[in-house]
Amino acid sequence: MDALTLHRLQFSFTITFHYLFPQLTMGLALLLIVLKTMALRTNDERYNEAARFWAKIFAVNFLLGVVTGIPMEFQFGTNWSEFSRRTGGVIGQPLAMEGVFSFFLESSFLGLFLFGEKRLSRLAHWGAGFMVFLGSWISGFFIIVTDAWMQHPVAYELMPNGTYQVRSFWELMTNPWALRQYAHNMCGAVVTGAFVMSSVGALYLLQKRDVDFGRIFVRVGVIAAVLSSIAMIFPTGDLQGKFVADNQPTAMAGMEGLFHSQKGAPIVLMGQPDIEGQKIDNPIAVNRVLSFLIYGTSAAEVQGLDSYPKDQWPTTLPLLFYAYHIMAGLGTYFAALMAVSVFLLWRGKLYTTRWLLWPILLSFPLPYIANTAGWMTAEIGRQPWLVYNLIRTAGGESATVGAGTTLFSLLGFMGMYTVLAILWVLLVYNIIESGPRPVVAIGSNETAMHA
Amino acid sequence: MATLWFWIVAVMLAAYVVLDGFDLGAGILFPFVARTEEERHQVISAIGPVWDGNEVWLLAAGGTLFFAFPLVYASSFSGFYMPLMIVLWLLILRGLAVELRSHFKDVVWRTFFGGLFFFASAMLAIFFGAALANVIRGVPLGADNYFFLALWTNWRTGPNPGILDWYTGIGGVVALLALALHGALYLIVKSEGELRQRARTAAGLLWPLVAVTTVLAIPATVVARPDSLQNYHGHPAAFLAPIIVAASLAGIVILLRRGSELGAFLASCTYLIAMLCGAAVGLYPVLLPSTNPAMGSMTIANSIVGPHSLRVGLVWWTIGTMLALMYFSIVYWLFRGKVSQYSDTYGH
Ligand code: HDD
Ligand code: HEM
Ligand code: HEM
Repeated sequence: MDALTLHRLQFSFTITFHYLFPQLTMGLALLLIVLKTMALRTNDERYNEAARFWAKIFAVNFLLGVVTGIPMEFQFGTNWSEFSRRTGGVIGQPLAMEGVFSFFLESSFLGLFLFGEKRLSRLAHWGAGFMVFLGSWISGFFIIVTDAWMQHPVAYELMPNGTYQVRSFWELMTNPWALRQYAHNMCGAVVTGAFVMSSVGALYLLQKRDVDFGRIFVRVGVIAAVLSSIAMIFPTGDLQGKFVADNQPTAMAGMEGLFHSQKGAPIVLMGQPDIEGQKIDNPIAVNRVLSFLIYGTSAAEVQGLDSYPKDQWPTTLPLLFYAYHIMAGLGTYFAALMAVSVFLLWRGKLYTTRWLLWPILLSFPLPYIANTAGWMTAEIGRQPWLVYNLIRTAGGESATVGAGTTLFSLLGFMGMYTVLAILWVLLVYNIIESGPRPVVAIGSNETAMHA
Repeated sequence: MATLWFWIVAVMLAAYVVLDGFDLGAGILFPFVARTEEERHQVISAIGPVWDGNEVWLLAAGGTLFFAFPLVYASSFSGFYMPLMIVLWLLILRGLAVELRSHFKDVVWRTFFGGLFFFASAMLAIFFGAALANVIRGVPLGADNYFFLALWTNWRTGPNPGILDWYTGIGGVVALLALALHGALYLIVKSEGELRQRARTAAGLLWPLVAVTTVLAIPATVVARPDSLQNYHGHPAAFLAPIIVAASLAGIVILLRRGSELGAFLASCTYLIAMLCGAAVGLYPVLLPSTNPAMGSMTIANSIVGPHSLRVGLVWWTIGTMLALMYFSIVYWLFRGKVSQYSDTYGH
């Protein structure tokens, strides 16, 4: 393998692994605030204990997000030095701001939230939790601004020495791609948080243990999941799709597997792209729907890949096609599952409907798959560009770092992250197995804390 | 403007060394001063709520370097590829060790993560010292402003050095000793009982070593990079840095004798800051000196980013840092005082 491929593999491996953790961090941060708010409003100690329980999982998850995030910050320089040199004048801005505005906020207040409950008033403890939530969501914003600039560069000027500089800070922060991507991505994080919470709740209900808490988790989880799952499709997914079609037509054609431009383009629900033959094998397709989804009328012409020179086609086309279809397929399933669940919740039957608790229990890995697939869609769709239409991926890497060295570090990360994954599973399993502490009587804060 | 950002990056790095320095130091001393489970728990509790925030200064400094001097960020991060990867792995291991040690009561689990905590902390201190020494000594810049440094060559400085040579080795030792002392002084402030007593003994043993290596490091620097004296000749005020180094080193012993624990710790902070300032004064306006006679050094002037970025940056950097200082004051104030032996503020 050449050095470029290895740099790409290392970056995609480490970022994909990193993103497994922040999605739960950001989703749970919101749900923790929901639980803390309910505790404040109802004075029911069970909500506080529920929040303490989830804070433990949050802490482990946050730690893994932190330790896998630090390599990300470094890798722009270590593995993509030519890219950093040329674009640092633009993306250095949001990346530095992420450190200054969100990591300080998160890391300081997380300590307070986890270990300061006894030193703070109830309201102040809620406030510490809110700051953690704010920090993680601001962090998501700045990183999305960075990525969005690579997808859809705005507000830059090219300098004579080949580097890019920001022309307008405000325009960079309000990049229309970033706003859409942020909305969609953050909903995706809430989906992960909500599915994980309802899954643990379903486990407790099926095991008939900690039933009180099982009910809280399922109730809060299912309601958050139905809202966020629907928002994934409409409006956020729909907006994203239209924007990609307008601004990255090659990516859209690859996502949909549309080799030939056509009027009244069909949407392919399933199939296997055949690059040589430029067709989809075994397609299940619905006519005219794609034209309608993108342009609002079923007769509109959609540009296929054949409208573009081959050297601008996304490089790993089948993966792009599958990633997109996995995301959209799972999105449909999420909305359906949670719509049924919330209906039964409303009728008061959900907690005892075992045939539904089982799929809720088993679905917790799926949002991780959908989020990862979504990012793969975005990143592979951007190829062969590192910055869309400005800088090609080839040439952005660190020329002085050879293939052997990169393979060494890639193997190192793979080994280390395998250990991290095992530790994560072990620790979270242990927390779920120990369960929340039973609440003895309302207001007996002290007993719950000391046990 | 470029000068301002040079000092901003330097100040952020100094903040990192002073803050994360004491928790690294606590890690270095961990197996020596904490003998019982309660004492180990005390050490972890003393740094538990703050270590991650301290580490963020490193990230923020790196981000600020990327933002203000992208060329230096690109060139140095790719050039120091191997040692940086090792630093990353050590940071991962250390984070895990601090947080996961208390998750299970099992003795094997705890011993393993305790040992990891010590190992990663000590290695990081050595690497950071060596890294600073590399930057002072300079690197073999190529015509395109890039370079790639081998981990070691023949242990000599000169036009084609490795990451580790006699000079950067000294840098590593100074950092290890100085941070261990810094950690000991922090533990004295935060702990009670035998732990505090042993931390005092450790500080007593470490202090002379730190003093000797500090004195040694100065002529070594002049040998490794004669240019570093230039600014001192031009601006006698720069000699303030070595004077403060000496004064704060003396201050540590005097204050400790007088029983002013916090004072001794603050003197150690001043010592670290003055050491770094001395190095920064020696470098300015160079960010990455070149050991290649055919290539000029990378200076603030030839690597600074455009004026719009810098102007906007100054606004958000000021606001952001004010906020960060506010969070830090809140956290350190709330977790002030000694962690009592039976504290349950940390752990599960
Ligand atoms: C739980 C996760 C999840 C679910 C169920 C969906 N998505 Fe998604 N999607 C993401 C998680 C995600 C993501 C991880 O958040 C991405 C990657 C980059 C981004 O901004 O968001 C993304 C990107 C993304 C893109 C941009 C791709 C690009 O930039 O090239 C489009 C067009 C869609 N999504 C469309 C959809 C549609 C129509 C869905 C409906 C069913 C859908 N997504 C469900
Ligand atoms: C701020 C966010 C991100 C930035 C700045 C970013 C940047 C990059 C860069 C520099 C590369 C390497 C060059 C290339 O092959 O294009 C890359 C590739 C990749 N990234 Fe991202 N990325 C971000 C987020 C993510 C996330 C969250 C994921 C997945 C969960 C992801 C998945 C990938 C994948 C799979 C590749 C490989 C694509 C390929 O080589 O074909 N990225 N990204
Ligand atoms: C290349 C891209 C990325 C870089 C350079 C990066 C960098 C980092 C770093 C350094 C940390 C640790 C912060 C600390 O010490 O407290 C971190 C954590 C975090 N990152 Fe990333 N990250 C990247 C991608 C992403 C993406 C795509 C998201 C979400 C949209 C994200 C969201 C977060 C969040 C919420 C945290 C908080 C802690 C946690 O993960 O649990 N990051 N990231």
